[in-house]
Amino acid sequence: MISDLTLRDPQSAFRISLFDYLLRLADSCLILSQRLGEWCGRGPALEEDLALTNVALDLNGQAQLWLEYASQIEGKGRTEDQLAFLRDAHEFRNLLLVEQANGDFAMTITRQFYFDLWHSLLLQELLRICGISEKALKEVQYHLRRSAGWVVRLGDGTEESHTRMQRAADELWQFTGELFEIDAVDEAMVQAKIGPDPRTLQSPWMDRVKSTFTEATLAWPDAGWMQRGGKCGIHTERLGFLLAEMQFLQRAYPSAQW
Amino acid sequence: MNDWPLWEVFIRSQNGLAHKHAGSLHAPDAEMAVNNARDVYTRRNEGVSIWVVRSADIYASDPGEKEELFEPAKSKVYRHPTFYEVPDEVKHL
Repeated sequence: MISDLTLRDPQSAFRISLFDYLLRLADSCLILSQRLGEWCGRGPALEEDLALTNVALDLNGQAQLWLEYASQIEGKGRTEDQLAFLRDAHEFRNLLLVEQANGDFAMTITRQFYFDLWHSLLLQELLRICGISEKALKEVQYHLRRSAGWVVRLGDGTEESHTRMQRAADELWQFTGELFEIDAVDEAMVQAKIGPDPRTLQSPWMDRVKSTFTEATLAWPDAGWMQRGGKCGIHTERLGFLLAEMQFLQRAYPSAQW
Repeated sequence: MNDWPLWEVFIRSQNGLAHKHAGSLHAPDAEMAVNNARDVYTRRNEGVSIWVVRSADIYASDPGEKEELFEPAKSKVYRHPTFYEVPDEVKHL
């Protein structure tokens, strides 16, 4: 994947950037997985309950692979479990979008659609460098098929489903700016030919959102202030509550095993 | 979502085999029914192909007509191809 030479020095700036980059990939999957898991037993229909938790499990598996890789790169002996369960909110690098509350089904589906579309575009760019992306992309293409299908059906559904979808599309829009922001970590990955410039994902993302919203009879959300910070550990207040629940067991009973 | 129609799901487990009835589920339309079938019935690598049919579109035989439909075949054992000998030279029969 990446030559040993670049990684020989554990304190190298590149190595620290790569660790950070891998945490971003892992944490967005992990946090969204935890959110979707909250639907377990509460889905609007049995079939949907299973589907949402299937997606949650896919993302959890992907998070595990990325964290394993991150753990190797960090080289400090922290396992993937320790990375998942023993970091605090400011050390998480997930997108703000994925930590937002489930809300109603419209909110969950819209969050998923915004994320799946970005996720699939990103993984296509990462395919060249990492086997994890290849496995993940197949799963994510199905996630996208499902969430995009729901956006169209609910947007172009009843008056109530349309109203709820429009509200979700508008409300979550403020968290989509961050998906395409570039910072020093991204730049280091672009230079090393590991990751894409996030800005290049924006236009295909917009095109697909536009065509899907048109089909769903949804209006284009008003561009307002875009929230940012998740990628560098500045989160909304919601992440703390999520982590409290997710990490409770390892915090209360350190090193507990199955 | 209580008004979602019921669908019958048929899964083909391998190429070359026929689709077999796997169960039923609710979905708003055919495309979502295939998605749901994938999530409900192929989680453990059960299939390579999925058919869904609206349960309402299946016309079934009437259990009350069992005798006239199926009884007559019972006494006609000669319909089983077991009354001739297969020559040794014939393979793959």
